[in-house]
Amino acid sequence: MLPLEGILVLEFCQFMAGPSAGLKLADLGARVIKIERPIHGEGGRQIAIKNLFVDNSSLVFHTVNRNKESYAANLKDPEDLENVKKLIAQADVMTHNFRPGVMEKIGLDYTTVKAINPALIYASVTGYGTEGPWVKKPGQDLLAQSVSGLTHLTGDRNDTPTAMGLAVADIYCGTHLTQGILAGLVRRNKTGKGALIEVSLLESMLDFQFEVITTYLNEPKALPERTKEGNAHAYLSAPYGVYPTSDGHIVLAMGSLIKLGEVLECEQLLQYQDPDLWFENRDEIMFILKHFFASHSSEHWIKKMEAEDIWCAEVLDYKNLLEHEGYKVLSFDQVVTLTNGEKVHTTRSPIQINDQKLFSKTAAPRVGEHTEQISKEFNLMK
Amino acid sequence: MKPLQDVLIIDLSQYLSGPCCTLKLADLGARVIKVEKPETGDSCRSMYISNVNMNGESSIFRAINRNKESFCADLKNNLDKKKVLQLISKADVLVHNFRPGVIQRLGLDYDTVKVLNPNIVYGEISGYGTEGPWKKKPGQDLLIQAISGVTTLSGNANKGPVPLGLAMADMLSGGHLAQGILAGLVQKGKTGKGCKVSVNMLESMLDLQFETVTTFYHDGGQPTQRTESNNAHAYLGAPYGIYETSNGFLSLAMGAIPKLGELLDCPDLLEYQEFNSWYDQRDEIKQKLANHLKTNTTEHWLSILEPADIWCADVMNWERLFEHDGFKVLDMLQTVEMSDNYQYQTTRCPIKIDGKVIKNTKGSPFLGENNDSITTEFL
Repeated sequence: MLPLEGILVLEFCQFMAGPSAGLKLADLGARVIKIERPIHGEGGRQIAIKNLFVDNSSLVFHTVNRNKESYAANLKDPEDLENVKKLIAQADVMTHNFRPGVMEKIGLDYTTVKAINPALIYASVTGYGTEGPWVKKPGQDLLAQSVSGLTHLTGDRNDTPTAMGLAVADIYCGTHLTQGILAGLVRRNKTGKGALIEVSLLESMLDFQFEVITTYLNEPKALPERTKEGNAHAYLSAPYGVYPTSDGHIVLAMGSLIKLGEVLECEQLLQYQDPDLWFENRDEIMFILKHFFASHSSEHWIKKMEAEDIWCAEVLDYKNLLEHEGYKVLSFDQVVTLTNGEKVHTTRSPIQINDQKLFSKTAAPRVGEHTEQISKEFNLMK
Repeated sequence: MKPLQDVLIIDLSQYLSGPCCTLKLADLGARVIKVEKPETGDSCRSMYISNVNMNGESSIFRAINRNKESFCADLKNNLDKKKVLQLISKADVLVHNFRPGVIQRLGLDYDTVKVLNPNIVYGEISGYGTEGPWKKKPGQDLLIQAISGVTTLSGNANKGPVPLGLAMADMLSGGHLAQGILAGLVQKGKTGKGCKVSVNMLESMLDLQFETVTTFYHDGGQPTQRTESNNAHAYLGAPYGIYETSNGFLSLAMGAIPKLGELLDCPDLLEYQEFNSWYDQRDEIKQKLANHLKTNTTEHWLSILEPADIWCADVMNWERLFEHDGFKVLDMLQTVEMSDNYQYQTTRCPIKIDGKVIKNTKGSPFLGENNDSITTEFL
């Protein structure tokens, strides 16, 4: 039995942050029904990466919406809205990511919905919270990264501000949304009462930076400075970083520079006996290491250092990773089959329960694919 | 009432992945007791970043472990271990992040603990899972990033691998563990039964990349190709990226190139009428945009683009952000206090419940600070 069996989630969310939370809940056993506008469905169906589409929706949509059902409803149509309210009356959770004010106009704001179902967990995602000068700004991943200060942490010192090259704001915010919803359900088991859960991309990006922001706030405020070359963390000492070898790249994490010098037989490192220098002089130390590692292959260096428990690893791309035994043993991939017979080769949930990997065969739905079935099941008007 | 009130968590984990999971649970109302080894405690206490020392220990320890108690015990000492087992027998949740094999040697694996406390929710984080050639490798953030393929996504095409400049694997796996534990608590609330929840940092990093890994499977294994300039996502077309202006930087997300050309008065962009060209010719489009945007200020471009509903933003640093009303209204910072009255500023929990932000004034504990009170209360 999966832990969230019996939990019904209505997902009004579009795009990435909210639906990524819905996917986690679905894989943990909840039944997730997407409420989508008729014909076009949610906006995320048209947001593609690499212009890839499957069965008229983007591959990204299929990735983040597998294991869900779709109920089509026009929230501006009174009859449809009445049906949706009936669904809400029987749901445990609903999520949305409309900009502040939109749900009030539709008539599905928390106060209204709470009257229909006082035990409901009502969860919303915004870009920048529900008040202040930024409430109307688009809640988009790159914009949230840009505003949050995050772009000053990745890349090297002379690079322009560098975004993390994937939707970290959406995904991290999605984990907070999931946590808030589940915490609400834990409390409801005790009290019978629902909850309002609110998260935003910007707050999630600030939480993501909590260690470095705390450091910044409590020291004579110095803004982050990335290392000159091979930067992997603006606040960490050498050798933390990326280094080219004769046939690829390796990374080194934190560790004693003296021990590293001994293991590598790199005499130049031995001049840095005082650990404070490992931060203060990190640019020159990293420069020494860069030239040192260029002489041999990644495998050569990893072998040598791993034998002495130095924290290091070879840098892999997707091809090398996916062909590696260390990846294959995880059984992290799965294939889902669409209604039209097409297949999508994707990944599974990263959470294991009682040593069981959570696979699910259910692909993402077409718009309104389950409208009829859900109407019957919940006695809704046609 | 905070949602996790009355939930007792025994946290055996160190560094960041496990402790950032229990920080969230603490902020949501759980009571978290850190079990720490004698003398050094959680190794994170002495893991300094930029040589910053806050009240004798590292700033990151202070950030990660506020709102928790500390119980000092040597798990290899029988008497101490007995005490910890007594605590575990009364707990709702246990968290650890020992490498596979170590927890069995300590006699605190799920099968053993379950006998003592059948209804516990038992959470564990490893680096790479419990089988295969990598299981003994250190579960350290940068190493996991390197292996996971994520370093191929950021920065421009002419750069080598570019890691994400924060401990993403730690924080995300901690976030996933928190989800699993909370789901376990939901089930426990209904059925009374506990469960074991396992995550590993590598899978959490793969989950982060589920879009691009799925794309890799779908397009027959095409190598990841970052753009030549202004890259912010290797799989997205122009204009997606960060651009220099005459006085700062501007980020542009998705948008129609010809429309941008009109708004920005950049005729060079009008030739890209085809939707597919925005991806296929993204390098040249980005170059033209970059040249054009340098000619005026960030404010100037925003004043044109924002009213036209183009997705764009000013690129800020913390100094400017923290002075902005858009930040202040979030009330995101809080001051916490340690038992010796040392105060420090940090961020609060990012989850709002019932319309209220969650703040807690309790700072991080000294090693073993709560041994006496915990002994009196439980042992």
